[in-house]
Amino acid sequence: MTARGKIGAELVLSLALLALAGDRIAGYRFDAQDTAHALETPSRAHWFGCDALGRDLLARLCEGGRVSLVVAVGATALALAFGLVYGALAGWIGGRVDALLMRGVDVIYALPDVLVTVLLIEVLSAALAGLPDLWRRLAALALALGFAGFVGVARLVRALVLQAREETWVEAARASGAHPARILVRHVLPNIAAPLLVSAAFRIPAAILSESTLSFIGLGIQPPFSSWGTLASDGFEAMRSYPHLILFPCVAILCSLLGFHLLGEELRERLDPRDRP
Amino acid sequence: MIRYALGRMLAGIPVLWVVATLTFALLRFLPGGPFDKERSLPPEIMRNLERRYALDGTLGEQYVDYLVRLAHGDLGPSYKYVGRDVADILADSVPVSLALGAAAFALAVVGGIGLGLAAGARRDTAVDRAVALGSLVGVSAPSFVIGAGLILVFGLGLGWLPAGLWEGPLYAVLPACTLAALPMAYAAQLTRAQVVAVMDQDYVRTARALGVPEARVRRRHVLRNALLAVMTYFGPLLAILLTGSFVVEKIFAVPGMGRFFVTAVTNRDYPLVLGVTLVYAVLVVVANLIVDLAYAWLDPRIRVGNTER
Repeated sequence: MTARGKIGAELVLSLALLALAGDRIAGYRFDAQDTAHALETPSRAHWFGCDALGRDLLARLCEGGRVSLVVAVGATALALAFGLVYGALAGWIGGRVDALLMRGVDVIYALPDVLVTVLLIEVLSAALAGLPDLWRRLAALALALGFAGFVGVARLVRALVLQAREETWVEAARASGAHPARILVRHVLPNIAAPLLVSAAFRIPAAILSESTLSFIGLGIQPPFSSWGTLASDGFEAMRSYPHLILFPCVAILCSLLGFHLLGEELRERLDPRDRP
Repeated sequence: MIRYALGRMLAGIPVLWVVATLTFALLRFLPGGPFDKERSLPPEIMRNLERRYALDGTLGEQYVDYLVRLAHGDLGPSYKYVGRDVADILADSVPVSLALGAAAFALAVVGGIGLGLAAGARRDTAVDRAVALGSLVGVSAPSFVIGAGLILVFGLGLGWLPAGLWEGPLYAVLPACTLAALPMAYAAQLTRAQVVAVMDQDYVRTARALGVPEARVRRRHVLRNALLAVMTYFGPLLAILLTGSFVVEKIFAVPGMGRFFVTAVTNRDYPLVLGVTLVYAVLVVVANLIVDLAYAWLDPRIRVGNTER
């Protein structure tokens, strides 16, 4: 593994660990208020300082990281699942079905995706009214971001399937009498898995970026819940006097994005034969 | 060429119709009306309000009404900015967004291609590594992180530039830099990769072997061919600029349409949301058209006329 891949893996693993073991590392609950320590700068008791209500920033970062990572992984999984089925059907069946499915993708592509995502989040969180508040918001975000990502996956899968169809091993499988569905699932999909995995690796940081950005402008995760984006947004308000409040969330986001990007590049170099010199 | 351009513009109309319809449908699925947040009003006043804003018909009537008025260029009154038409608000805010976007576009293209050329031509030197690191950060960092950093350093720390509002050319510097950071970094990476690839091509080696001066090889053979691939990125680049403008306008309190969109969604100001969405869709259609035409103009191998049936 290259140094780049190692740094990426370390960044991602340590952030995941931080998100999982959150409260235990910080020693505080993320929502425990202690107004005596409000807006405190980093100290030995509170490593990253405290916010305006005296909540420990490290504990809040861990909690926010959990939310950000769950949304990002959920959105990526949804985009992959939908995109895989959609693209594989279009590419494998071909003909009129392909033309129709891809026409739909073209229309979605022409829509400005932030607008669609923002509107979808609002509609979905209204539609999912039965769920508990936090889960409703998480699901709405993951679904909306997954929808925004599925188009790209569908195009990629279709192109890969179209390419694979012409391969001699597909012809061989067909000649030996295998059912087309079986050829698709057992032969074609495993063969296109590598580039798909690479694209998924890059989709996670993209989703983290979208989620934190939406939350930053107040359209993603909303109080009382927090993600890295809302923490950065809170910090932004108080930036002039208390720069540490925006510094730590931004560093967390930056580290996670860098980590996933580096990891993605490592994966691409190992798995994607198209990029090999 | 002109026929092609006209055809593409006409093809944009169905896209706009789909956008208008989808947005209309999505917005009507949202719970709550635009007047729910105020004090509860007597029913007769509610009825008057709904009549004034054409919300009293069935959904179908409202939709048809909306499309008919849209075809006449009437975007309707804003629900929240009383007494102002959506067209008014857009007339004020769209030029601001366009100015910001144009500044960022120029910065991204010139800076990105310049950095990419510098790095690609000096492969594996300190310049190359510095550009690689810088563009990795630029590609990864969210715009609000870059914006906050720029405000902290140049706005609050050094006090060189204003950290918000929109009152003159100086006010555009920090927002434009923030907006341009991501596409600039990406353009630099792309340009570098292209330059490196083109440098290894046979025709470059041939030109060198024939004794063509190095500067001329770079200008005529490397630059032109490398730029071609970079051009294809301009379409997505414009989309990134449009997307980024929401956050950047919010961070720097720039009165552009991105900022209006965010408040309009939370206010359920339906006509304003629809208006902004349509303007964005028009911009996307036009931008893609310009990119395709520019691409055809740069690469004589592509003849746009031939794609017509």
